[in-house]
Amino acid sequence: MEIMIFLIPVAVLMGLVGLVAFFWSLKSGQYEDLEGAAHRILIDDD
Amino acid sequence: MADIALNPLGVGCPSGLAPAPDNEAPRSDPAAFVRRDAQGRESLELMVRGAKCAGCIRKIEGGLLALPGVREVRLNLSTGRLSVAWPAGAVRAQTVTEALARLGYAAAPFDPEAVKREVDEEGRRLLRYLAVAGFAAMNIMMFSVPVWSGHGEMGEGTRTLLHWVSALIAIPAALYAAQPFFASAWAALKARRANMDVPISLAVFLTLGISVSETLQQGDHAYFDGITMLLFFLLIGRYLDHRLRQRARTAALDLLALQAVSASRIEADGRIVAVQAREIRVGDRLALAAGERAPVDGVVEEGVSEFDRSMLTGETLPQPTASGAAIHAGVINLSQPLVIRATARAQDSAVAELARLIEIGEQGRARFVRLADKAAALYVPVVHTLAALTFLGWMFAPALLRAVGVEAGDVGVRIALMNAVAVLIITCPCALGLAVPAVQVVATGRLFKRGVLVKSGDALERLAQIDVVVFDKTGTLTLGKPRLTSLASVEVLHAAAALARVSRHPLSRALVEAAGPGVAVKDAREIPGEGIEAQVDGLLLRLGRRSFAAPEAKDAEDGAAELWFKRGDAAPVRFAFQDALRADAADTIAALKARGFAVELISGDRPVAVEAAAHAAGIERWAGGVSPGDKTARLAALKAQGKRPMMVGDGLNDAAAMAVAHASASPGSAIEASQAASDIVLQGAGLMTLVEAIDVAKAARERALENLRFSALYNLIAAPTAAAGLLTPLIAALAMSGSSLVVTLNALRLQWGGPSWKS
Repeated sequence: MEIMIFLIPVAVLMGLVGLVAFFWSLKSGQYEDLEGAAHRILIDDD
Repeated sequence: MADIALNPLGVGCPSGLAPAPDNEAPRSDPAAFVRRDAQGRESLELMVRGAKCAGCIRKIEGGLLALPGVREVRLNLSTGRLSVAWPAGAVRAQTVTEALARLGYAAAPFDPEAVKREVDEEGRRLLRYLAVAGFAAMNIMMFSVPVWSGHGEMGEGTRTLLHWVSALIAIPAALYAAQPFFASAWAALKARRANMDVPISLAVFLTLGISVSETLQQGDHAYFDGITMLLFFLLIGRYLDHRLRQRARTAALDLLALQAVSASRIEADGRIVAVQAREIRVGDRLALAAGERAPVDGVVEEGVSEFDRSMLTGETLPQPTASGAAIHAGVINLSQPLVIRATARAQDSAVAELARLIEIGEQGRARFVRLADKAAALYVPVVHTLAALTFLGWMFAPALLRAVGVEAGDVGVRIALMNAVAVLIITCPCALGLAVPAVQVVATGRLFKRGVLVKSGDALERLAQIDVVVFDKTGTLTLGKPRLTSLASVEVLHAAAALARVSRHPLSRALVEAAGPGVAVKDAREIPGEGIEAQVDGLLLRLGRRSFAAPEAKDAEDGAAELWFKRGDAAPVRFAFQDALRADAADTIAALKARGFAVELISGDRPVAVEAAAHAAGIERWAGGVSPGDKTARLAALKAQGKRPMMVGDGLNDAAAMAVAHASASPGSAIEASQAASDIVLQGAGLMTLVEAIDVAKAARERALENLRFSALYNLIAAPTAAAGLLTPLIAALAMSGSSLVVTLNALRLQWGGPSWKS
């Protein structure tokens, strides 16, 4: 069971990475215009 | 093809999702609203109407970037906000709005003061709490599942280790994520009230405390998973509720900002400068071009013209005006440029007065008690009593039993407290907190797709309770625009339309619309209040009122709006106009009646016109020539009779009555103040969506009540289980997530089914 000493921090760390990624996306304004983002993908920029 | 029918000129939304804009929208110079920052960059914030799809984004952003000088263009499709930026002095603000108008989108400038920074800070904070609670709940579950599945086999040391790791995550996460509940509970307690957040906060503290103490004693049960999951579910409900309220607040703020009208002030040296309406002082001279809306109350100094007062009074016919006449803010100048002198500041003008009336009406409505709050008022004392009884029962029941001779050993404070906390956890209003917001989010989402904008959750609840529907006529039941109703030969119609093309008068426009595309007569002269005349091939052509064009003709005496056309010595031709009902007005009234609603029509227009409209729409109760104050009084009288009236209106004269009514609706063509005062806005040309909105509101109320009943039933089973000391963390986790899932799925049922009024 010594492996848990290693696995538990790894698991929690992975969760934290997800949390930080979410905070980053929130802060960079990716939730400001959800509808526009859905439509913009259809626009060709050429 | 819908888009071709809706959008013959290729302007506006290319998908046809939004109707082609009305190009008669009042123009004003946005220069007064340009903001300049420290880097010498100028920017303009505009509210764009009618942008709905990817094509709109490309059309608008591409079209504006093509303007020389423009550097940045960004359209937010969710809010309709467009921000345009350019290096100082590179672009004239008006070229931007003109380009938008050419593309087919109506745009109005935002007052930079009003939009300063209303970024949704609270929404972001709630999302952060939600993310932390979700992270904690999922990670702790990772440690709880081994504890549950290894029950009996796992060593005490391993279990305690897992409990400690859980505690390390749960304590900071719960204390952080529960802040909105703590704050609200504290505020309630300070006001000597109890709300739903009081038991929640208590449960958070007690559960954490008990679980830590269990872990210290290497005990079996720790509720770290339960408490974080509870917070996660509750925060979802809280966030959904917040989103609904935020949408209402943004709509109100947008409308407030849009009232920022600019005006053209004539300076002492004769220069004309664009100023914001609120900078106008009493005594200022203002130039009012044809098509512009008067920003303040004033007196006409120079010029003769006609005013469209339909937004203020509901009158369909334009009123002629000459110098010396008093005008109210909000009227639209129709034919000739005027110079007016301001007699009141913008904030003291007639429109502002109406805005105050709206505010007073809305304060009265704030007393409305929401369904969820009613449930909470019942719930809080019951749960607290039950938890206290559980504690007392486990503490003193053994002693009582011994007193009557039954053998019983003491269980101690630890077990008693544990069971009392179990009651608090298991009854915690997960399902209750989700029951109403989940239903309202699904209902408003469904209505939004059908073209009905619901402003708030309360609006939906009030809508479900109405029993009387009161309609305004002009612009609500009718299109608010005259339509040609008399017959004339094609040749005469085209000749008259050629004259009419030089005028902005509503009747001229209706004539042109009936005749279709064509050319205008050169050198035609418009005499305000009279008509238009021109010399063509040596013949005198006149189009206008009877006394002007054909004084010899007999009065038709049917009360309809009319234009007379005379060519040379030929017999005069009369064109009669009527404000046509919306295509589905009669069907809508019939559908409302079939559902048992009483329907009334009250209008500020002439009684003759109101009677005709009432008859055509199938409404028995009607009143014409009603002032805005009397409309409000009628609504108040209905309420005094114990009725719950709904007001459907579009003009400023309806706004105060709408604020007094139990619920209110306005068509998308309504003036901003009315849209601000109304609970729901019906986008699109029809009224039938009103019936659907009422149906969905009633269904939503049904679903919400079902959810509340389910939550009550759940508590009836779960609470005694907990009080009896049978609860384990596994059961708590299953019960909480299960009940939340049930109410959410029940709310989703609302999404199914087509338009209710077809069946």
